Amino acid sequence: MAGNIKLEVVTPEKYVVDEEVQIAVAPGSLGEFGVLIGHTPFLTTLRTGAMHYTDAKGAERFIFVSGGFAEALPDKVTVLAESAERRKDIDLERAKAAMERAEERLAKSQSEDIDFNRARAALERALHRIRIAETSR
Amino acid sequence: MATLKDIKTKISAVKKTQQITKAMNMVAASKLRGAQTSMEGFRPYSAKFAEVLGSLAEKAGEETNPLLEVREEVEKVHIVLCTSDRGLCGGFNANLISKAKALKKEKEEQGIDVVFTVFGKKGRDWCRKNQFEIVSEHIGVVGGRFGFHVAATSGQKLIQGFLDNTYDEVYIVYSEFMSMARQVPVLKQLLPILPITPAEHEAETEETTYLAEHICEPSPQELLGELLPKNVYVQLYSALLETSTSEHAARMAAMDNATKACKDMIENLTLVYNKARQAAITAELMDIVGGAEALKG
Repeated sequence: MAGNIKLEVVTPEKYVVDEEVQIAVAPGSLGEFGVLIGHTPFLTTLRTGAMHYTDAKGAERFIFVSGGFAEALPDKVTVLAESAERRKDIDLERAKAAMERAEERLAKSQSEDIDFNRARAALERALHRIRIAETSR
Repeated sequence: MATLKDIKTKISAVKKTQQITKAMNMVAASKLRGAQTSMEGFRPYSAKFAEVLGSLAEKAGEETNPLLEVREEVEKVHIVLCTSDRGLCGGFNANLISKAKALKKEKEEQGIDVVFTVFGKKGRDWCRKNQFEIVSEHIGVVGGRFGFHVAATSGQKLIQGFLDNTYDEVYIVYSEFMSMARQVPVLKQLLPILPITPAEHEAETEETTYLAEHICEPSPQELLGELLPKNVYVQLYSALLETSTSEHAARMAAMDNATKACKDMIENLTLVYNKARQAAITAELMDIVGGAEALKG
């Protein structure tokens, strides 16, 4: 490995991650991509889902991201997301409650209106959160 | 003339008021700290966002996006007015409202309809009193703790309305936090989005060369289409944060003044009280001396 690359995950509220990592993998809207040091400049939007990285000590960490985009530069990756949570920070109870609410709303409205789309996005977020939180360590 | 007891009551009343204003000042100070922290927390996000958006706008070139299109005939404008929920913060809300009022007047003189989205009770009450049309109202946001989703949800609605031609321009009136002592009401155009000036390149020429070669996924135009609505949310969120911080700063200043005024008043009243007490003692002495003289005679 040639070296570490700096990873920053930023939400409107705070820095979620700001450290040197060996590799960062994120769910781009056209497919998952991994970034090592020396990556060519790259800009993409992100899907709701899990990104993971291997930190300087070799431990693998997972982060939930939604509503974001990423910029990769040769020495730095920046992820700007509307929400991002480390796995240990995910509130599983809340995610489960959100899932139930979203399913209820989806069952009620069958048309493709705004509410429907919003409920679907909420369901997607909840499912990803649950999946990340429940992956075994 | 007020009796001794009256003055004493008055003094203790003012003292109690002073205690209250002092407490409010301290509450505002601690809330201000919280608001400032979230403002600072948002700064890296917004700075990075502006940078990416700037370089992208440059790349996407003249490609038109409906959110950038300036409409030739403007029939209806939408004003987002950010005020606080509570009063006792000096001229804070009045300043914001007069700013909105001026804009409304200007637009109406051109024969343009105006509708409102209001954040904060004070702005809502003003709109209701004057029977202006309120599209949506958000109470309990400014001055408290709120997340990005608040801005995203209402931003989404604003964009929706703009795209289906319900209104042709969206403005936002909010208070910018300049310093503890200065909060300035500001008027900004939210939609159509003003041409984005590419980020200041001169300072970081090295970075510019990187940005120019970015690979974009999907195409720059599509990316821009994704980011422009977000830009609206970002602006809205930052306006709300600024307004919240300003509110607390304004309240702190107002309460500080009030506490000082109470102090002055107590001093004056104490002076009056002492004078009155002295006068009473003198009068009593005169009585006694007079009585003694009379007995002697």
